[in-house]
Amino acid sequence: MITNRRSEFKLDWLILPLLGAVVVLLLWQMASTTWSKDLPGPLRTWTASKPYIMKPFEKRGELDQGILRFTWYSLVLVVKGYTVALLVGTPIGFMLGLSKFFSKSFDPIIQILRPVSPLAWLPLGLILFQKSQPAAVFTIAVCAMWPTVLNTAVGVRSIPQDYLNVAKVLKLSRTRTLFKVLIPATLPYMFTGFRLSLGIAWLVIVAAEMLTGSPGVGGFLWQEYNALIYEHIILCILTIGVIGFVLDRLMSLVERRFKTV
Amino acid sequence: MAFLELKTVSKGYGSRSEVLKDINLEIERGEFVAIVGYSGAGKTTLISLIAGLIKPDAGTITLNDLEITDPGPDRGIVFQNYSLLPWLSVFENIYLAVDQVFCNWAPARKQQHTEKYIAMVNLTPARDKRPGELSGGMRQRVSVARALAMDPQILLLDEPLGALDALTRSTLQDEIGRIWEEHKKTIVLITNDVDEGIYLSDRIIPLSAGPNATLGPSIAVPIPRPRDRKAINHDPHFRQIRREVVEYLLGVGGRRHVTVSRKLFLPDIEPEDLNAPRSILGSRRRPIRRHEIRKETLESHS
Repeated sequence: MITNRRSEFKLDWLILPLLGAVVVLLLWQMASTTWSKDLPGPLRTWTASKPYIMKPFEKRGELDQGILRFTWYSLVLVVKGYTVALLVGTPIGFMLGLSKFFSKSFDPIIQILRPVSPLAWLPLGLILFQKSQPAAVFTIAVCAMWPTVLNTAVGVRSIPQDYLNVAKVLKLSRTRTLFKVLIPATLPYMFTGFRLSLGIAWLVIVAAEMLTGSPGVGGFLWQEYNALIYEHIILCILTIGVIGFVLDRLMSLVERRFKTV
Repeated sequence: MAFLELKTVSKGYGSRSEVLKDINLEIERGEFVAIVGYSGAGKTTLISLIAGLIKPDAGTITLNDLEITDPGPDRGIVFQNYSLLPWLSVFENIYLAVDQVFCNWAPARKQQHTEKYIAMVNLTPARDKRPGELSGGMRQRVSVARALAMDPQILLLDEPLGALDALTRSTLQDEIGRIWEEHKKTIVLITNDVDEGIYLSDRIIPLSAGPNATLGPSIAVPIPRPRDRKAINHDPHFRQIRREVVEYLLGVGGRRHVTVSRKLFLPDIEPEDLNAPRSILGSRRRPIRRHEIRKETLESHS
């Protein structure tokens, strides 16, 4: 019975996702022809987006560039903010995990700052840095930091006592204990945090660009909304989704490599 | 003064009554002493005290006339759960210890030293494997090699073979015996296996059951070495020592006081009767609650 099913659906990994996509496209088409005339249908979206997809790196003007060029701008900004988030978040996580004093002092503040939306941080960034780019980096860093901080702290706290005993018996110095025992033992947790942080960083960049109007996928989206070219909004949404998915996949590949240790 | 000396050592955890009480122990240099006791008697606490991982509440522990205050590489420990770092290979695990203890040696010498100890426990083919790829017995050998490579003054073995199967166990017992003959290190072996203790040691000491566990009389093992596993079972000394140790553990010193201080409440549910017919729709039967069961008693007046 089970083997029969298997052989019937040999291509189910290909056919079923295609089936899902077709269903969504049909619903989309129906929606655009019946109750929302402003929503462009799939075909119109494709024709309007074609120049942006076919020549993804072309620069025709400051606000009229290929979609991958915009993506590249966004990614550069994300990488900057994400790097800051990791560089700041990992040590904070280690201190939270290692020191009860530090953890008791700062955990409440972290729990309060953690759920704050990126939209709330951005104005503060603009006040602090006056320019939109550093403000966006700041916002990404502040929002994306928390999963790294918390996961690292949990990782450090759950290091088995055995490993710490080894360090004690060998009388490893503090730095050697950190690099030989604490960091390797925490790596799997850290990478889970890194992956979640990257997801958040990508969420934040779009919001930040929309608010600051800087060039990038999010900025393009907002500008095309103002220019009433709704086809491009859908193009941007799909691009953001695909890039986010690819980033998550890449990060989980790296994560899996460390999980096996 | 003895090489390792414990004087009226006591240790308790928090509000619980003391785990170890009035422990007195003297071990001479080069001696192989086995301490046997029930699991949960405080054997690991005792070894952690000697290792310096925990501090005694009362009493003193001295090694070579120096009081033990913190852990250090002069006391090599082999833990029951191996305590190998899983992200390092066999070589790297041992090298980490060698590198730390002999920090002023040239790298080539450290490497050679590490290789020597890997060879000593017959693990050269598995040199670059991670602990996760090794069997329990092999991991424990790595652990022994790591402890010996530090060239400690005393080797503390905390139920090193407790988690192994019987066959691996006896092979490793022989290996520990051989290593002791070669190195003549002072060894404290903690075990729950009386036969293992007698087979390996010069002196065997029973530890009474906790709480308030304490050491019983020390019994010398005058069986000549090298010992033969098969013949030893018929050795009159062996039987005599075995009887003494077991009697102590089962007798006054080892009587366990078990008191249940909590009343246990059973959940308000009865086992389901799987033979009872199911409804066609396959709906779940109501659970049978204890307090809902009506008992009918028939009283007959004849």
